[in-house]
Amino acid sequence: MANKRFDVTHVPGAATIAIVTFLALYIPVLILVVNAFNGSDTAGRWEGLSLRWFAAALDNAAFRSAAVNSVIVALAAALLSTCLATAVALAVTRGRQIKGQGSIVIIVNQPLLVPEIVFGIALMVVLAQVKQVTGYQGLGYLIAAHTTFCIPFAFLPIRARLAGMDLTLETASMDLYAGRFYTFRRVTLPLLLPGILTGFMLAFVISLDNVVVSSLVKSPGQETLPTYLMGELRRNLTSEIYAISALLLFASISIVAASWVITRTKQ
Amino acid sequence: MPRNPTAAASESAVARAETRRRWSLALPALTVITLCSILPLGVMVAYSFMEAGQYGNVQWGFSLEGWRAVFLDRDFFDDSYIPATAHLTILARSILLALATTALTFVFGIPTAWFIATRPPATRAYWMFLITVPFWTNLLVRTIAIQEVIRADGTLNRLLLATGLIDEPLQMMFTNGAVLVGMTYVYLPLMVLPVYAAIEKFDFRLAEAAYDLHASRLYCLRRVVLPLMWPGIVAGSILVFIPALGAYVTPRLMGGGRAMMWGNLIDLQFGQGRNWPLGAALSITLTLVVVGAMVWYARRAAKGDATNG
Repeated sequence: MANKRFDVTHVPGAATIAIVTFLALYIPVLILVVNAFNGSDTAGRWEGLSLRWFAAALDNAAFRSAAVNSVIVALAAALLSTCLATAVALAVTRGRQIKGQGSIVIIVNQPLLVPEIVFGIALMVVLAQVKQVTGYQGLGYLIAAHTTFCIPFAFLPIRARLAGMDLTLETASMDLYAGRFYTFRRVTLPLLLPGILTGFMLAFVISLDNVVVSSLVKSPGQETLPTYLMGELRRNLTSEIYAISALLLFASISIVAASWVITRTKQ
Repeated sequence: MPRNPTAAASESAVARAETRRRWSLALPALTVITLCSILPLGVMVAYSFMEAGQYGNVQWGFSLEGWRAVFLDRDFFDDSYIPATAHLTILARSILLALATTALTFVFGIPTAWFIATRPPATRAYWMFLITVPFWTNLLVRTIAIQEVIRADGTLNRLLLATGLIDEPLQMMFTNGAVLVGMTYVYLPLMVLPVYAAIEKFDFRLAEAAYDLHASRLYCLRRVVLPLMWPGIVAGSILVFIPALGAYVTPRLMGGGRAMMWGNLIDLQFGQGRNWPLGAALSITLTLVVVGAMVWYARRAAKGDATNG
């Protein structure tokens, strides 16, 4: 603002509280990252920069298998929930209202209405029976659970994108004798892609972060990164925990940064 | 109204086919959610009305013991009913801590949202990025980070010891205060985001108009700015209150067994407590409170839309 006139956007104290808030948000995370790079044997005494705890984590077979499980579950759950959510979004945003459309939307958002701990325990109780009957102990349970609570998150951006889309393009394509499937593949899908990508990314991060549901639903001996971290925490707070936390932090930040760059270049 | 009956019939046939086609598109997702979320919840409702098994699990047979145990205990000596103070304390603590978390995120979140929304457009995106990063960062990792700051041999205590302000480390962990700090820390972005969205849409010329008409700063804030920010504030409060009420990870790490919350109590009943009907009744109660808050919010939002539009 060039002239020094009275500025309505200025509220005394707001900037100070905002800066304090930002510092309070970031300082603990920075301390954690610094601790991860600490070369000392005992957490808390600084002995110079070192990557030894990252090396120790990567050298740890339990950590590696937890990381692999996490990525498999997150990829599968994100892929499945995005496909399912896209289909639902197509069903409830095009054309006129159909019978029961409101109930479809409510059911799709139902996992959001249930507290995580309740969702996890209810599923654990049911899956305990399923595990007994089938004898299957694989990652399938985790993938099913994560897919379920990722559907509403994937649904959100896809539905928003579809709602803002121009229906006449599809009509034009159909008028030019393109089939329903051809129209979907060549017109609807390309236009919808940014929404689908955002939905996928959202679902992936939500799945990667989950600890409560995972720890309840997983089979014995099975770990994802967050459940492994939670288990290690119960034992002791070591520098390796900081290193693993830092790795998870970097993973989240790079995903956010990537999606931020993608959406900004589009504008 | 179609004029001839055959056209009407074929039209409704087309409409029916359309309805069928779209329902079949929705069906896979609806099936997954029904099987993995709605059905298990139904099982929980059923379990809350059964008898507790000796080693966990439930026994067939109708019983209200699970629901009774939420509110009433049997007296150890004469078997009379007394209020279940242990549970009720935890439930009351959960509600109070969730409300206090909402209040604290409000105090820090509103000025932050205001600050971001009043930056020039070019730098605003960067500030927003700074607030979204914690939002996307693993909740467990963020809890570990804040725990590292306030634990007995953590950063804050070492700093205070080094400066000579204290002689002995402050024991801050495993208290209500620790849970409150932890939850405020992890849920703060949930308050900032919707409030920011509301302020960003605000037309500041309205505030200028109010000042031009000799409104005081406070009066303008109360009568012009606040009503327009209100939907964002309500949304943010709901977004913070709901996960805070059902929080499990943060109270577990920051509060331990001494400052337990509702979610931890439920977990306990299905673990060491071995009282599944009680755990199920506590789960259903928590879910009802959360759904109640959501419905209240949705009604309010719908009413707000009606009056604004």
